[in-house]
Amino acid sequence: MNQQRKAFSSRALAVVAAGACAALAFSGTAAAWEPTKPVTIVVPAGTGGGADQMARFIQGVVSKHHLMKEPIIVVNESGGAGAQGFLDVKGSKGDPEKLIITLSNLFTTPLATGVPFSYKDFTPVAMLALDEFVLWVNADTPYKTAMEYVDAVKKEPGKFKMGGTGSKQEDQIVTAEIEQKTGAKFTYLPFKGGGAVAVQLVGGHVDSTVNNPIEAVAQWRAGKLRPLCVFDSQRMPYNAKVTSTMSWHDIPTCKEAGLPVEYLMLRGFFLPPGVSQDAVNFYIDLFKKVRETPDWKEFTEQAAFNQSFMTGAEFVKWLGNAETMHRELMEKAGFLATK
Amino acid sequence: MSDLAYLFHGFAVAITPFNLGLMLLGIVLGVIIGVLPGLGAANGIAILLPLTFTMPPTSAIIMLSCIYWGALFGGAIASILFNIPGEPWSVATTFEGFPLAQQGRAGEALTTSFTSSFVGALVAVVMITFLAPLIARFALKFGPPEYFSVYLLTFCSFVGMGKGSPAKILASMMLGFALSAVGIDIVTGGLRLTFGFTSLLKGFDFLIAVIGLFGIGEILLSMEEGLTFKGASARINPKVVLETWRKLPRYWLTFIRSTIIGCWMGITPGGATPASFMSYGAAKKFSKDGDKFGTGVVEGLVAPETAAHAAGTSALLPMITLGIPGSPTAAVLLGGLLIWGLQPGPLLFAEKPEFVWGLIASMYLGNVVGLIVVLSLVPAFAAILRIPFSIIAPVIVVICAIGAYTVNNSMHDIWFMLGFGVVGYLFKKLNYPLAPMVLALVLGNNAEDSFRQAMLMSGGSLAILWSNWLVGSISTLAMIMLFWPLIAQGLRKLVPSKPDKLSSEQPVD
Amino acid sequence: MNPETEEAGAGDRGLVSTRAVEIGVAAVLFAFGAVFAYSSWKLGNRWGIEGPQSGFFPFYVSLIICGSAASVLFHAIRAGRAHEQAPFVLRGQFAQVLKMAVPATLYVLGVQLIGIYVSSAIYIAFFMRWLGRYAWWRSIAISVVIIVSFFFMFEVWFQVPLYKGIWDLTAWTGY
Repeated sequence: MNQQRKAFSSRALAVVAAGACAALAFSGTAAAWEPTKPVTIVVPAGTGGGADQMARFIQGVVSKHHLMKEPIIVVNESGGAGAQGFLDVKGSKGDPEKLIITLSNLFTTPLATGVPFSYKDFTPVAMLALDEFVLWVNADTPYKTAMEYVDAVKKEPGKFKMGGTGSKQEDQIVTAEIEQKTGAKFTYLPFKGGGAVAVQLVGGHVDSTVNNPIEAVAQWRAGKLRPLCVFDSQRMPYNAKVTSTMSWHDIPTCKEAGLPVEYLMLRGFFLPPGVSQDAVNFYIDLFKKVRETPDWKEFTEQAAFNQSFMTGAEFVKWLGNAETMHRELMEKAGFLATK
Repeated sequence: MSDLAYLFHGFAVAITPFNLGLMLLGIVLGVIIGVLPGLGAANGIAILLPLTFTMPPTSAIIMLSCIYWGALFGGAIASILFNIPGEPWSVATTFEGFPLAQQGRAGEALTTSFTSSFVGALVAVVMITFLAPLIARFALKFGPPEYFSVYLLTFCSFVGMGKGSPAKILASMMLGFALSAVGIDIVTGGLRLTFGFTSLLKGFDFLIAVIGLFGIGEILLSMEEGLTFKGASARINPKVVLETWRKLPRYWLTFIRSTIIGCWMGITPGGATPASFMSYGAAKKFSKDGDKFGTGVVEGLVAPETAAHAAGTSALLPMITLGIPGSPTAAVLLGGLLIWGLQPGPLLFAEKPEFVWGLIASMYLGNVVGLIVVLSLVPAFAAILRIPFSIIAPVIVVICAIGAYTVNNSMHDIWFMLGFGVVGYLFKKLNYPLAPMVLALVLGNNAEDSFRQAMLMSGGSLAILWSNWLVGSISTLAMIMLFWPLIAQGLRKLVPSKPDKLSSEQPVD
Repeated sequence: MNPETEEAGAGDRGLVSTRAVEIGVAAVLFAFGAVFAYSSWKLGNRWGIEGPQSGFFPFYVSLIICGSAASVLFHAIRAGRAHEQAPFVLRGQFAQVLKMAVPATLYVLGVQLIGIYVSSAIYIAFFMRWLGRYAWWRSIAISVVIIVSFFFMFEVWFQVPLYKGIWDLTAWTGY
């Protein structure tokens, strides 16, 4: 009760202050917007996946460090490859207490299924990080470099099986990109989640995967998997040893290894359409605070994220490029919805 | 032996007053979560996960896994009392549990179900304690063909269940398959059978179908027969627990068989839901009272509950040892480990023994605490049936609506649930069996996915289902189960037994 | 098709024969199967090098639905009026079912419009008053207690937001 009253009085003060300032000039701090009810983060994917983990992590960090007065609620709306969640947020026009965290299905689902939404339907808030993709093989196979493996695949088209999450989504797009650049031909096997994919690789049911680091790291440390290269323009910056001999930084980029493919997955936040810039600024500020916590540092190092942070025009430009790239890649691979 | 030393150390960790308190709290929360349909254990744990960041990891996992145990126990309650399965793996519990409750034997049904759950879970924990690293490697052998053969085995052990018109059994099962196909096709990534409606994007979750078919359908039927629930006469008998316990040992064979099915399905990781169906089907096939199944046979309640809990518990094994989630709940717990700064996987045993053994110790204690809590509440649960129909009926409808909504956070699903209620009412009155439809809805999608993955691997050849000893033996077992009635008949002809001879000779006389 | 003249029970007439409902349900199933079969056929129902296509299983599943429905339909029609003349439901019984089904439908409509909490409270109170003949104050008191405890359980403790409807009447609670 007390706390609530305090919150109320400080809000009232802010209003008074805003009134006073407005008479003089437009002041940034005066217009400070704050959520007045619990903030919902919509996860357009199932429980336990990468986006879900990040959303729940942020929920925990925010409450642990008291970064916001209202609590965060995480809601999974994974139906239709995430379309359900995106359509829900798209329909919640002007609701500043509803965020959506994205994975690549922001681009891939509308292209592959024809469900009508795009990044332009939402108010972009911030890119929190980019998720890396690594080419993995079973540690018992003889392939030590990316080219050795790709050459083996080229010799017997269709015999090598690439496991991945979902169909016509990020994993298959990376696979298609490898095929387009090298002429190799994989048999792509879609599974439901990244964890299952890593296990299929350990069990020898598929020959390679392009798992995110966090999905495969446990098996790597146990010596079951071998990373060949990372699909990024530069090596991952984490120098701490993950296995007894290697750190994330020791994995070469695919470009270095002779495989000119790059792909990163967006971990970003969006608001529904028609939300004020004040609300956007509030969340940008919130995420900046989250990124400064020690918990975030530990989390990103575990997951080996690419720690790019973008907001505003820069972010919008990145989104535009990403969408064009997805459209081109998927068109070339024949993944677009037929309609 | 050093493992045992660790285990006792684990007990010491788990038995601090703080941890015991968390255990109790977790169990109670879990039971609540399990009772409310739609608010599954995975949900419950995901929701409470952030609250545990400030606790030591061992305490956190103790509380969260106790929520899991509680939910496993609690799932049976609404299934038995109201025919509404609170959790996917409780669907098979309704088949015998609800008829028992209608006969005024709710207390007996609840006691049986809780005790069976406990036995299943306990055996699974013992197995985890001693065989974890050995068994974990077995899970790795499961690729798409193996998965499919497991689903096939589940179906085959279940078909031929109902009496009555084969056309209706077939129609009901195929309807389940058809509905499970709606939505995103995982293999091609495209939409199918959505007819352009965005509300069909997410497909039909079988929980919504089950809540409607069983929960709402049952209310409509009760209403038709007058304003009562047939179990309203349930008398409250405080000694019901002891009386039931006296009867249970005679089902020792069912306990053993169901535990084996459950442990195996938990490791493989087929999961608790297929395990419960498979175990129920097997119990019916091999029981003397097989014909009476569906009318309130205690044995048919023992089977799914034992198997579901053995599976639910052993599903945690691949999570600890391999970092593979064996169930959605385990997936959320796995995320929790990462957030607490622990890395699940093969090295966890070596790097954080106090955590792993604390968890295993809490499995023993959590189950014992859970059993005591739920058994002591049996009379109270049974008393719920004495609430007048005109109060409980609308409350059940409300709970069904909430349950349907929380599955996908979608309003459309409440309408679908209502529609399924009408279908359930019509089907039940016209003698279309509902169980095959539900089973097809539960497993149809997974079975199709793994089949098509297997076909991608083999280039479209069915021979892959007999390509190694593991998949081959499961597939063969499935075929044996499918043709079991014929095989049993053949065996009887080959080895004519006395009573058979008599019965066949009598008409001639 | 509509044997309303049949005397079925003591003083209570059958509303519709089991046979008629059987025929109706089978016809709906058949139509359902046909629509699904057509839709899956358009998706591709062949067995390619990549194994079965997207519509392969749904197509044959739908065909089986049509087949089974046709069989049920055939038997029901052939059975003639002499058999299966038993009423599907008596008038009085059906009135009872409607007493459940109609308020439940209105309730779900209410959920859509004014959200789960308010709609549930009204529904429970109304049902208790109407069918249970409880006093107004008791009906309202019990339904409010139930709904408030649900509210706390879902919104406050477990933080699971439930549907608030098109017109959110619970906005003042801040959840």
